[in-house]
Amino acid sequence: MEKAVARAARDVAADGYAGLSASMWRLIGVLALIALAAALPFALSKYQVFELTMVMIYAIAVLGLNILTGYNGQISLGHGGFFAAGAYTAAILMHRYGVPYWATLPPAALICFVLGVLFGLPALRFEGPYLALVTLAMALAMPQLLKYFDTWTGGQQGINLVKVLPPPGLGLDRDRWLYFVVLVVLLLAIRVAANMLNGRTGRALVAIRDHPIAATAMGIDTARYKTIAFGTSTLFTGVAGALSAIVIGFVAPESFSLFLSISFLVGSAVGGIATIGGAIVGGFFIQFVPNLANDISDAAPWAIYGLAMLLFMYAMPQGVVGSLGPWVARLKRHV
Amino acid sequence: MHQLLQQIFSGLAAGAIYASVALALVMIYRATDLVNFAQGEMAMFSTYIAWTLINGGIPFWGAYLITLIVSFLGGMAIERVLIRPVENAPVLAAVVVTIGLLLIFNATAGWIYSYTVQDFPSPFPDRPILGALMTTRDLGVIAVTLAMLVLLFAFFRFTPIGLAMRAAAQNPQSAQLCGIHVGRMLALGWGLAAAIGATAGIMVAPVLFLDPNMMGGVLVYAFAGALLGGITSPVGAVVGGLLVGVTENLVGTYLIASQLKLTVAFALIILVLVFKPNGLFGTAIVRRV
Amino acid sequence: MAPILELRSVKAFYGPSEVVHGIDIAVEEGGMTVLLGANGAGKTTTLRAICGMVKSAGEILFAGERLDRRPTEAIAQLGVAHVPEGRGTFIGLTVEENLRLGGYTRRATARESMQRVYGYFPILAERRRQQAGALSGGEQQMLAIARALMMAPRLLVLDEPSFGLAPRIVDDIFTIIERIRREQKVSVLLVEQNASLALALADQAYLIETGYIVTSGSAKALADDPQIRRSYLGY
Repeated sequence: MEKAVARAARDVAADGYAGLSASMWRLIGVLALIALAAALPFALSKYQVFELTMVMIYAIAVLGLNILTGYNGQISLGHGGFFAAGAYTAAILMHRYGVPYWATLPPAALICFVLGVLFGLPALRFEGPYLALVTLAMALAMPQLLKYFDTWTGGQQGINLVKVLPPPGLGLDRDRWLYFVVLVVLLLAIRVAANMLNGRTGRALVAIRDHPIAATAMGIDTARYKTIAFGTSTLFTGVAGALSAIVIGFVAPESFSLFLSISFLVGSAVGGIATIGGAIVGGFFIQFVPNLANDISDAAPWAIYGLAMLLFMYAMPQGVVGSLGPWVARLKRHV
Repeated sequence: MHQLLQQIFSGLAAGAIYASVALALVMIYRATDLVNFAQGEMAMFSTYIAWTLINGGIPFWGAYLITLIVSFLGGMAIERVLIRPVENAPVLAAVVVTIGLLLIFNATAGWIYSYTVQDFPSPFPDRPILGALMTTRDLGVIAVTLAMLVLLFAFFRFTPIGLAMRAAAQNPQSAQLCGIHVGRMLALGWGLAAAIGATAGIMVAPVLFLDPNMMGGVLVYAFAGALLGGITSPVGAVVGGLLVGVTENLVGTYLIASQLKLTVAFALIILVLVFKPNGLFGTAIVRRV
Repeated sequence: MAPILELRSVKAFYGPSEVVHGIDIAVEEGGMTVLLGANGAGKTTTLRAICGMVKSAGEILFAGERLDRRPTEAIAQLGVAHVPEGRGTFIGLTVEENLRLGGYTRRATARESMQRVYGYFPILAERRRQQAGALSGGEQQMLAIARALMMAPRLLVLDEPSFGLAPRIVDDIFTIIERIRREQKVSVLLVEQNASLALALADQAYLIETGYIVTSGSAKALADDPQIRRSYLGY
C-alpha cells in the first residue's frame, strides 16, 4: 500500500529532477539562454552581430505570423506587407519628423495593429486559399503603393536614415547596442505571446481553429477573437519591420517584395507554426539558408534553397520545434 | 468605343491564358485539396521541353504531343515522389513544398537554358480579324482554353474515373472502401494538371516570349482568376481567368495611376469575393454537424 | 457450411498501442453475426482491421483468401463492403453519385444494382439529385448501406448503423438490412451498441470487452444469458 502511494507521489512529481520542479528547471534554462544571448555579441564580429540582430527581427516577424497561422489556422501570404508598413512608419517618423528611433516603435505597433484589424474584419469571410489570395494582394500591393506615394515614401529610391547612435558611456558600438535593443523587444514579444497564447485567448483561438462550429456553440465570439488574432499578428510583424528600418538604416520598396512574405511563411513552417521557439528557428532559417545556398551552388542557389525547404518539410512536417516536442517529452520521461 | 472593345478583346485573349493555368490549379485542388504554387514554373519547364524538341527539328504538333505525354508522366511522378510525403501533413507543409518546387523549377530552367529570352513559334497565324479587334492567334488561344474546359467538365461529370477522382479528393477513406485506388487518383490529377499547364505554357510563349520568369505574373493572375471563379469549379476557372484578364487590361488602360494596376485589379477582385466568399461558381459544402 | 469470414488470433493496433488482443471470430455464410460491446471495447477497431485500415496481426480469411496485408481497396474489390462508423458518405456529391461510386468496381451491372437499391430505399430515388450532405441522419445511413449494396458484396460489414438515429428509423433500417440479407444472400457482420435489437436479428453473437472476446455463441443464447441481460440489455 505504502509502495503504491510512494510510486504515485513520484509519478506526480515525475516532472521534476534532482529536487527541483519542472518549472524551476524551465526558468533556469530560459535564464541560461538569455545569458548566452547577452554574452554572444562580445564574442562575435560586428557583421555577425548584425546578422544575429536580423535573426531576432525575423523571429519577431515570424512570431507574429505564428499567432495567425498556428493558433488561428489562417495562412497569410501578406505579412511582408505589414512588415513594410512598420518599417516605413518608423522611417517616415524618423526622417520627416525627427522622432527618436525608440519612440517609433509604439506608433508602428499601433498602426500595424489597426491595419491588421481592418484587414481581419473582411478576412473573416474567407477561408483557406481565399484568405491566401487576400493576403497575397496585400503583399503585391504594398510595393506598388510605396512607389506611388513617393512624396512620403521617397518612391523607388526609398529613404536613407541617419544612423542610430548608441547611448554614450556604455562602451557599446552601434551594432552591439542595437542588438540589445532588439533582444529586449524579442524577449518582450515572447513574453506577451506566451501570456496570450497560454491563457484564455490562446485556448479560444485553438478551439476556433480546430472546431469552429463547436466553438461558436460554446459562446466564443469567433469574429472578435479572429480579428484580435489578426491584429496582434500584424502588430508583432510591424514592430519587427520598424526595428529592421532602424537597424538597417534604409528602406526601399524592393526589400519588401512578395519574396519577403513567402520567406516569413517558410520560416514559420520550418520552425513550427504553433510554437514560440519555432519563430526563432524560423529567423535563423530566413537569415542564413539563402546565403548557405549561395555557397553551395553558384549557378542555381535558389534551387538549393527550394531543396532545403522540401527536405525540412519531409523530415519535420510540423516544423523543427513542433516535431522535436514529442522527442523532448520522451527524453524527459527517461531522465 | 472602338478602343474599349479592343481592350476587352485583348483582355479576353490574355484572360484565356490565365484561364488555362487556372484550370490546372483547379484540377490539382480538386484532386489533392492543395493549391500548387509551382504550377506556373512546371508549365514553363514543359514549354522549354517543347522548345528543345522544336529546335531539334521535330514539327510543332509532334513536339506538342510529346511534351504533353512527358508533362503528364512528370506530373504524376511529382505527385507520387515529392508531394505524397506531405499529403497527410499539415497544409502549410504542402504549401511550402510547392513553393520549394517553384524555386527549384525556376532555378533549374535558368541554369539549363539561361535567362536569355527566346522566341517560340505559335501554331496560329497572327492575322487581324473582326475589323482589327482581335487576331486569329487570340481566337486560337481562346478556342483551345474552351476546348480544355469542355473536356475537363465532361471528364469530371460523366466518366467513372472523373467521379472517382472527385470522391478520392473529398473522402479518401470512403473512396478506398468503394475499391478506388486513391493514390492513383491523386497522381492522375497532377498528371492532367501538368498536361494542361504545358498547353498553357505553349500558348503563352509566343506572346510573352520564352524565359524562365515567363510564368511568374501569369500564375498570380491565374490564382486570382481561379479563386474568383471558385477554386473547385472548372467553369469558374475559365470565367474567372477571362474576367481577370479583361479587368487587368481595362484597369491598365483607363486608370490614371497605371503603376497601381495590380493593386486596383486585385482590389476589385477581392471586392467581388467579399460578396461571394466562395467565388462566383464555387460551392460551399453543406455541413450538418 | 464454411464460414465466409474468419478471424484467427487477430490483434489490432492504434499506432503503437495494441487495442485488440488476439480474437477469433467466424461469420457463417449467409448469416448475420453481431459483435457487441461497450464504447472503446474494440469493435470498430476490429472492423477496421478486417478492411486493412489499421495495423493488425494474425490471420483474416475471407472465402479462403487472406485479407490481412492487402490494401483497403483490394479488400473492397474482393467483395467486402464496409459501412463505416459515421457513415462515410460523400457529402459533397449527390445521392446518385454516391451510389455510382459504390458501383465503381462493378460497372457492368451498375444500372440494375441501382434499380435494386432504389427498390430497397425509395426515399433515395426521390432525393437522387440532392447533395448527400443535405440528407437527414437516417437517410444518410440508408445511403451508406445502399452504396455498400451497389458493390454486390458477399459480405456486408456494418459499424453501428443505429448510431444517432431515432428508434423508429432504426427499426426501419434494421428491417431493410434483414431483407437484404435474405434476398441478396449476403452475409452480414454487424457491430452494435443497441444489443437487444441486434440479438433479435442475428444468428451468432460475440461480446468483446477491452479487446478480448469474453462470450460467444448463438444470439439466442446470449440474449438469454442473465449477466448479459443485466449489463447490456438493461434487465
